[in-house]
Amino acid sequence: MVVFDKPHALADIPFHYCPGCTHGIVHRLVAECIDELGIEGKTIGVAPVGCSVMAYNYFNCDMIEAAHGRAPAVATGVKRANPEGHIVFTYQGDGDLASIGMAETVHSAARNENITVIFINNAIYGMTGGQMAPTSLPGQVTQTSPYGRDTNHCGFPIRVCELLSELDGPEYLERVAVNNVKNVKAAKKAIKKAFENQVNNKGFSLVEVISSCPTNWGMTPQKALEWIDEKMIPYYPLGVYKDRSAGIVKGAN
Amino acid sequence: MSDKVLMKGNEAIAEAAIIAGCRHYFGYPITPQTEIAAYMAKRMPKIGGCFLQAESEVAAINMVYGVASCGLRVMTSSSSPGISLKGEGLSYLAGADLPSLVVNVQRGGPGLGGIQPSQSDYFQATKGAAHGDFHMIVLAPASVQEMADLTVHGFDLADKYRMTSMILADGTMGQMMEPVSLDLKVGEPIEKPWATTGTKLERFHNITNSLYLDPEALEKGNFDRYKRYETIEENEVMYEEYCMEDAEICIAAFGIASRVAKNAIDEARKEGIKVGLIRPITLWPFPKKPFKKAAEKVHTFISVELSMGQMIEDVRLATECRRPVTLVNRAGGMIPNPEQILDAIKNANKNGGAK
Repeated sequence: MVVFDKPHALADIPFHYCPGCTHGIVHRLVAECIDELGIEGKTIGVAPVGCSVMAYNYFNCDMIEAAHGRAPAVATGVKRANPEGHIVFTYQGDGDLASIGMAETVHSAARNENITVIFINNAIYGMTGGQMAPTSLPGQVTQTSPYGRDTNHCGFPIRVCELLSELDGPEYLERVAVNNVKNVKAAKKAIKKAFENQVNNKGFSLVEVISSCPTNWGMTPQKALEWIDEKMIPYYPLGVYKDRSAGIVKGAN
Repeated sequence: MSDKVLMKGNEAIAEAAIIAGCRHYFGYPITPQTEIAAYMAKRMPKIGGCFLQAESEVAAINMVYGVASCGLRVMTSSSSPGISLKGEGLSYLAGADLPSLVVNVQRGGPGLGGIQPSQSDYFQATKGAAHGDFHMIVLAPASVQEMADLTVHGFDLADKYRMTSMILADGTMGQMMEPVSLDLKVGEPIEKPWATTGTKLERFHNITNSLYLDPEALEKGNFDRYKRYETIEENEVMYEEYCMEDAEICIAAFGIASRVAKNAIDEARKEGIKVGLIRPITLWPFPKKPFKKAAEKVHTFISVELSMGQMIEDVRLATECRRPVTLVNRAGGMIPNPEQILDAIKNANKNGGAK
């Protein structure tokens, strides 16, 4: 009897991700949700520029590779092309979504664009080799903040869920993490809700997933997961920031 | 003959796009083309289409990318500074072989420039809209009727060759009113099996993409694309000749410049000067053959442009520098007058092509 299998929506192709990277977990969660909702045949995913640039190879649904930061605009086009027939998700990292693509992020949220955004926040630019991200923590050492992020010089990290929760537009904003079993289960629940909201025409849903980057954090995979608890979550508290249908507005827990 | 209606050039583009089957328009306001957006905002909701004002030109061109990926006719429009912002998206559309229609109603530059008509985005449109090896089909209307005709033609060509067609107009073309027939011929729809419209669990997934980390694969894509460009250069060149049968002097001009040039030619002809016009309608592909042929019999070419002289380089290349090519130009939103062109014609007539 098969008790654990690869989701149908996940392609049978080896990931290129580094050992200990949590992209693989999130890919699997997205694919499980697509399977469970039975929407693979009408889902179109939009991949970003960054570590998950080749996500278009990893899902069996139709996929589009967008320019850096533009995934929400591309997704807007795809959704508007067939509002009833298309389920559209973007999968974006922190540089893509919160730096170069911030305008597209904010405006698609403000329009309550009926799309699902999966936002991977690992506080670093991974693909280019570990530079400071818009979400890098104060004091965090990266290739472009070699003496630690100096907030007097380059400002403060951006809390995306909190920022977007000020808008009237979005339906659902939640921050989750994937550094332990309990958090992974909660992340799955949030991602599923973000897709269900779209199926039910409720509008813009974004799930921010606090993720690890052992390679560019310079840590073992185990230590990186612990660092999420020690450093990331205190700065980026988990929880529901907005759920209009449930009456949660500007809901920092 | 069908009835004609009086329309602004910008409105003619918008209505022609709707006739061509375009139901998605994304744009950002910028003078002197905003009438296109305003027209679409009124019309699209009434015909089940989508008008959406984007947060930027960058977002607008990426919305175009999304709809184009789904295989539907889609467009955006802007003016010079806005087209610069769309450059990134134009390159991605080319890299992913997606059809789209982009309108540039040019204004004077560089920088924020001005809001008066210009042709100074010729290089940008025909040579280098953004990074990478690619071309767009560039169509240059010289009347409100052509604003409509070339919009429909642009959509047909975009679908046929899986690339962007650009309407390169100028502020005059956008703002002027002329009678126009909307009895427009639209080409047969083309199958788009590559479109990302959902697998329906019936086929392998489609991927819209311009990333090729393997340089051999990327090179192949470039060579394949340029093979297609050769076909376009062979089959899709459009131009108009005016008074060229016995011409000894040839004016090269497109868009509004060609209309001023025709006035000057008519005046010169009254004085017995044999001068004609070659008006490129496709700026890319450039009508090389008629210019090369003209070089066999005319002694001087005069390029008339609303820029510091951009198309003149293509005239020199097409004629292989066998005859002198002089420039009559105004820039920054100014338009050459017929007298200025007439003076150049008389000068050329006097010199007889002596270098």
